[in-house]
Amino acid sequence: MSLRIRATRWLLGSAAWIVAILLLVLPLVSLFGEALRHGLGAALATLDDPDALSAIELSLLVVAICVPVNTVCGIFAAYLLTKYEFSGRGVILVLIELPLSVSPVVAGLVWVLLFGGRGWFGPMLTHNHVQITFALPGILLATLFVTFPFVVRTVMPVLDARGREGEEAATMLGAGFWDIFLRVTLPGIGWALLSGVLLCAARALGEFGAVSVVSGHIPGVTETVPLRIETLYNDYQGVAAFTLAALLALASGLAVGLRGMLEWQHRATGAPRGNAA
Amino acid sequence: MTLASPAPPRPGPLATSFEPVPGRPRHVPPAGPGKGHGPTVIPGYRLSLGITIAWVSLLVLLPLAALAARPWEHGAGWLWHSLTQERALAALRLSFGTAFLAASLCTVAGLLLAWTIARVRPAGWRLLDAIIDLPFALPTAVAGITLATLYGRHGWVGAPLAGAGIKVAYTQAGIMIALVFVGLPFVVRSTLPVLNDLPHELEEAAQTLGARPGQIALRVLLPAILPALVTGFGLAFARGVGEYGSVIFIAGNRPLVSEIAPLLIVIRLQQFDYAGAAAIGLVMLLGAALILVALSLVRALLPAMAGARQPL
Repeated sequence: MSLRIRATRWLLGSAAWIVAILLLVLPLVSLFGEALRHGLGAALATLDDPDALSAIELSLLVVAICVPVNTVCGIFAAYLLTKYEFSGRGVILVLIELPLSVSPVVAGLVWVLLFGGRGWFGPMLTHNHVQITFALPGILLATLFVTFPFVVRTVMPVLDARGREGEEAATMLGAGFWDIFLRVTLPGIGWALLSGVLLCAARALGEFGAVSVVSGHIPGVTETVPLRIETLYNDYQGVAAFTLAALLALASGLAVGLRGMLEWQHRATGAPRGNAA
Repeated sequence: MTLASPAPPRPGPLATSFEPVPGRPRHVPPAGPGKGHGPTVIPGYRLSLGITIAWVSLLVLLPLAALAARPWEHGAGWLWHSLTQERALAALRLSFGTAFLAASLCTVAGLLLAWTIARVRPAGWRLLDAIIDLPFALPTAVAGITLATLYGRHGWVGAPLAGAGIKVAYTQAGIMIALVFVGLPFVVRSTLPVLNDLPHELEEAAQTLGARPGQIALRVLLPAILPALVTGFGLAFARGVGEYGSVIFIAGNRPLVSEIAPLLIVIRLQQFDYAGAAAIGLVMLLGAALILVALSLVRALLPAMAGARQPL
């Protein structure tokens, strides 16, 4: 009996490792293998491409704008949803969750329906010479939509677990909103906030579907890093595509890995967890 | 522990000391049902409500209104015709069908992984646990070109398979592989915490009472993790229906055969058929919502069903 159990355990362990290696590890190894197919020098040389550099610049700009907007608004929304009770709270909760279950392509499509050439506001925008789709504003809106829920969803459970006593005590002592917000509420959510910000940044950096619909793929102008990877791949420039892809995977992996470490640390100390994945 | 966090903008001068502000209007919202906290006196209700409503309306409500309204602009008959075109039906069937199959595969593989990590603790289980999150960390376009190359005719896996006469990339099997890749972590991440929290005493008690390992697995562990497993399946399914970046490179994208619904949206947009694109988008959104509602219903029913079958 004991031998059979040990054999079963060994079989299960091996099966799990084989599944994980075939399904998950092999693609990762292949990604770096393809990038380094002709050596590190050849791989790095492909980065000396003005279109690739401008794509990196654009992606960083998108992150630099979208992450703060969704972070600040996300904190206020989390504050609202955990400190007050009001009718319509459930509706706001559902609307916040919604972008998570929407296809990235739909997340891009909605902005074309609004601001594209034949969109609701399209003629008005053309008349005033404002370009939203096939330009930076469209890319920003699409990215804001797909990264919308991350910060609220990580911060809310922590704020909820902390209760309202701190804020209520501060109010009784006569503190105004900004004192309470900056000195009582914010200091308590530091790690959860950072965790949400990291997720938000990783997604903003790597978003492909939504941005691809609104960007127009103009090399050097409206191509973010994922779109540049697609262009290179379709041009049969394998090493260049995979080098940029490996770079993007490293940046995104760093953010997600850092978040994992934060979660691990706070799980170990018994702090409440955010579930944002 | 306080980590550096970006400070929010300050519209007004920040008070440096705690001064009583008797004149400040304070909104006391009515107590909501259920929670029993009672009315709150904390200031900042109007400000945070204003910011939240502006943010949600501009970024979610307005776009969704366009998505809900535009399919109807040529009338209901046109909408029906646009959605029942052979190409649209094939794309929707492909997206929902492969996502369902892939989510089922993910559930089996994910259960094996979660179970093994939690109960068997094989050599290197911590590393195994960390590896599961890989697809979450890999941007979809990166996963897409990598899988297409790996399973392509000259790829490490694709070449031996091609030698055996099996073609994976540029077929529906390729779509399935991409969807299993992106869906797997959802199942493991929703199942593993429940398995970890399940007390070992439960299994020991069953064992003392004479249950065989197979019985323990089927009648003690499985019912306990079934709700989590259903959640994981649903998340993987919903994600798979809308997946784009990791699929299009490996799919082959032949109309009627391997053209997924999100790609058809892109194609219709390129033809300036906004209403037709919105129609498919709306069906996909409603489908995803339906999946999530159905699964929460199943989850609500599960404890009763499990309890009826086995009085533990």
